[in-house]
Amino acid sequence: MTETEFYVSGVDVGSTTAKSVILDQDGKVIGKSLQDVSPRVSEDAETSFIKACADAGLDRSQIALVAGTGYGRLKVRFGQLVVTEISCHARGSQHLFPGTRTVLDIGGQDTKAIRLGANGDIIDFSMNDKCSAGTGRFLDVCAEAMGFTLDDLGPLSKNSKKAIKITSTCTVFAESEVSNQLARGRKSEDIVNGIHDSIAQRSLSLMRRVGIEQEITFTGGVSRNSGMVRSLEKILNSKINVSPLSQWFGAIGAALYAIDEVKKGTTPVFKPLEVKR
Amino acid sequence: MGDVNTTQNIVTIAKDADLEYYGAARKKQQQLVAEFYAEKDDRPVVYLFVGGNPAEIFESLGFRVYMPEITALTTAIRHQSLQYILKAESIGYGLDVCGYVKTDIGLTHLSGGETDFGKIPKPDLLVCNLSGCSVYYKWWESLSEFYNVPLIMLDVPYHRFEKPQQEDKDYIITQLHEMIEKVEKQFDRTFDLSKLKKVMTLSRKAEEGWARSFYAAKNKPSPIDAYFESIFYMFPINSLRGTQAAADFYDLLNKELDERVKYGIGPVEEEKFRTVVEGVPPYPGYRSFWDMFRRWGAVSVAATYPKVGGMFDRSHILHDPEKPFESIAEYSMFSYCNLSWDFRRETIKNYLKDYNADTVVIHGIKSCRSFTAGQGDLRDYIINELGYPALYVESDHQDPRYWAEAQIRNRVDAFFEAQEHRK
Repeated sequence: MTETEFYVSGVDVGSTTAKSVILDQDGKVIGKSLQDVSPRVSEDAETSFIKACADAGLDRSQIALVAGTGYGRLKVRFGQLVVTEISCHARGSQHLFPGTRTVLDIGGQDTKAIRLGANGDIIDFSMNDKCSAGTGRFLDVCAEAMGFTLDDLGPLSKNSKKAIKITSTCTVFAESEVSNQLARGRKSEDIVNGIHDSIAQRSLSLMRRVGIEQEITFTGGVSRNSGMVRSLEKILNSKINVSPLSQWFGAIGAALYAIDEVKKGTTPVFKPLEVKR
Repeated sequence: MGDVNTTQNIVTIAKDADLEYYGAARKKQQQLVAEFYAEKDDRPVVYLFVGGNPAEIFESLGFRVYMPEITALTTAIRHQSLQYILKAESIGYGLDVCGYVKTDIGLTHLSGGETDFGKIPKPDLLVCNLSGCSVYYKWWESLSEFYNVPLIMLDVPYHRFEKPQQEDKDYIITQLHEMIEKVEKQFDRTFDLSKLKKVMTLSRKAEEGWARSFYAAKNKPSPIDAYFESIFYMFPINSLRGTQAAADFYDLLNKELDERVKYGIGPVEEEKFRTVVEGVPPYPGYRSFWDMFRRWGAVSVAATYPKVGGMFDRSHILHDPEKPFESIAEYSMFSYCNLSWDFRRETIKNYLKDYNADTVVIHGIKSCRSFTAGQGDLRDYIINELGYPALYVESDHQDPRYWAEAQIRNRVDAFFEAQEHRK
């Protein structure tokens, strides 16, 4: 490693999964990890980081700076920097899709719409309000009610010819609605298609609140679902940017902030809860 | 606004032995609250609403004025409101009913009014000074049935024009005279105009002092947090208006603020953001919410909520002993909740300019659609028309079940973080 080479890490501890990445000084992803989170959030954060180091073929001592993000960001106690996931998803999206002006992030329990300026500044953001309807958890509950896994949903809905209307106001009500539709003999693929449309509709409302501008980048765990991508593109009448790394965009954004700090040469010291900004 | 037994989260100004007035207003406010609730006298009790009320008339008629809204928020800031809300829900008040209503009914009607800050007396008279909240009618009607006491309706026209209209004032003044006549008969009282004028002189003095404390926030750094800190100082202007104690309180507050300005000290170590705050505060999470701002060096330099009783920074609506009934009528129309959205938007636009502010934070509450409906449009207006960043967060002013701290902190952190990245 020359003097100008260094590595940083972004650790995104969400409500459902922990995602870590290792970036080199140019912002290239050289290692990553993904795992479920347990109630032991601090341990999960560290395990996730160590796994990403291993994936990059590095020892943790070789990482110049670690930035934490996501709901568990304050639990990334081994890190030196903490940034909210709104900033990180925005930054990560613009890094991988420089034309991004609107970000839709659907995670386990949060959906966020972010509008960016041409220089990457966050102009506005909006999030779902104290309710998991329209988030990954909503999909999870509906998939479970039908006996599918999350990974089944995308391919399954591809075969659908019509979408069954499913309410998007409440996850619990949606679950009983799905059971009811199954009992009425509706095709699973049409119900799943309807669930995707329902989430897309709710996401559209959130995106409209901040104003939709092209290009649109879709991030978070739910972006892995090809059925969701189809429903969103249909409702937006537009192509959306999705990457195999979309789930790591928050972690990538955090790591990019870490690169800034290393380049500035002022290593921040993150003190949980008493953090001075 | 209500008393809290801690000075935690109150201005962290540098403690300096030379500061003559350090913490003086806060200490005095706590004393006034304690005395108010401990006081026992034989005067009949009238319940009024905070916004635009005719408290001066009742003070002059020898009544004790209580505002259940203030009692309710005092329980919320002390984390005691939920027990009363649940009691009210147990007799059928739904989840969506205003938290003030449920706390009041749960506390006074269903629990005998006993609190750890004093006993809340039952009313002898209910005066529904309707000013922008349609729930008021039904709330007071319920209380009238529960307590079997007379109810007088005071219908205040919704604000539609920049200046008060003569026909609106005449309509209110006629009702005020009718109200006095009824009270004189029912409570064997004689109205004395000279007494009213005396009370109004003290009201005016308190109002001018209160307004002066707002203007102090034009300084850089601001010596006061005009939302979180000012809300504590609302108690005298609303509960004690028309008394010498209230007038003296604001003199003391301004002395303390003058001193802070002199030494260049404010509510945070380094003022990084000057924020205009709109909306009713989340009393169940008050200290945590304040802390979210302080951590970013964000200071509220202007806020709408401290004017919920009346637009005290508009000199033409202050009480005027030279035109007592007319000025009471004008004051009643200019309570914040009774104002049109045009007026509210213009007010916030002017605050941004006059107080050299850079950000707007709006806190909506589930309980009150009168106050909150339209705040989404307000946010859009601030961002798209005025070009300032604005954040909207929502919880409740009474019901802690709506206070989702992690989610709100996430939004506040993301908001100020984004502004910092833009700098």
